[in-house]
Amino acid sequence: MAKTPVVFVLNGSERASFAEPGQNLLEFLRRGVGDLSPKYGCGQGTCGACTVTIDGETHLSCLTLAESVAGKRVGTAAGLATGNQLHPLQEAFMEGFAAQCGYCTPGMLVSAKALLDRNPTPTREEVVEAISGNICRCTGYEPIIEAILAVAKGRARA
Amino acid sequence: MIQSVETHATLAEAQRAMGSDAIFMAGGTLVMRDVNAGATATRIVRSSDPELGDIRLSGDGVTIGAGVTMAAIATHRDLSFLAPVARAVGGPQIRNMATVGGNLFAPHPYGDLAVALLALGARVAVVSQSGAPRPIMDILRERGRVGLVASVHVPRPQSPADFTFLKVSRIKPKGVSVLSIAAHLPRQGGRIRGARVAFGAMGATPLQATAVERVLDGQNLDASTIARAVQVAVEGLDPPTDALASAWYRREVAGVHLKRLLERMVRG
Repeated sequence: MAKTPVVFVLNGSERASFAEPGQNLLEFLRRGVGDLSPKYGCGQGTCGACTVTIDGETHLSCLTLAESVAGKRVGTAAGLATGNQLHPLQEAFMEGFAAQCGYCTPGMLVSAKALLDRNPTPTREEVVEAISGNICRCTGYEPIIEAILAVAKGRARA
Repeated sequence: MIQSVETHATLAEAQRAMGSDAIFMAGGTLVMRDVNAGATATRIVRSSDPELGDIRLSGDGVTIGAGVTMAAIATHRDLSFLAPVARAVGGPQIRNMATVGGNLFAPHPYGDLAVALLALGARVAVVSQSGAPRPIMDILRERGRVGLVASVHVPRPQSPADFTFLKVSRIKPKGVSVLSIAAHLPRQGGRIRGARVAFGAMGATPLQATAVERVLDGQNLDASTIARAVQVAVEGLDPPTDALASAWYRREVAGVHLKRLLERMVRG
């Protein structure tokens, strides 16, 4: 089976790897490219653990054909921190105990960042809506919602 | 196992490339699930045809390309009547991916948008079939063998108050349908003319509630009309039992939710 070369931008850096026919973007990122931040949860678009951005929009990488990101910008939770400097969302999640087992956290962070990028001052309802495609079985969501709102409020003050 | 992925520049070429070994992929939200599970197809066929993403206004309606996403419908200024329906589909990630065309083929209990399109009397243009677009009911009935969908023509409700959609799910804001109902009740001089009511998750495909429509037609939407419509709510419906609800439960609550939807339309 012929593999397809895929050239794309991952978290700001150009990357290239080979996609197997029918391979999903999640497997491609994890096995082919080596970005282990998107998680494999359900493999059927229910849990949101594999959430990435494609050209700024959140997508489920398990339901995305790997080769469809050729020439596009893909964003994952691995791109949030700058060197040793955590992203404000990561800081807020840590401060507010918004991660327990941590499996949903990368997807949550990607959904939260996509929200704040297009809407820097969301309401609580908008935050709930933005993470409605990400399932968390530990926290009951409250600490996650509070952490995202805290970042939005922090930015409003700054 | 998938052995090849083909992307065709036009939808007509993609249609010609289809065969029993191929599966067409648009947004991927349905097809990739099967691919991840080891689907039997060996070829994925896609199309980069720009017309798939078009939204065109035409007279009394709007033609929506089969590749238009739920997110695009939810934010388009001329599709405000469909926005609440598009927003009820999946979560944000799914809405950024899932397409109008795909929704017509979504298996139970999915396909909320198709329920609304059925109530609005939408027509569907199929690539391999020349002539005028066909009623959506025909497409839903034949959807296993209909061919590739190019676009959906949706008549716009004359008044936004004439069209209402209701989705019942156990989880909010994102949950799969226990059932969904869409009603388009155009009124002339207060009386309903050309009622269309459709149910989702009450059969293998979205279904038109023709018994309800017959009760509503020619009437004022008042308490006694609503009561009579509720009595025939489940006529012709064949709800399945699944993890969300039993067929019995769906039958029991269909009338309750139809009543709520119609009362909401009375209040305006």
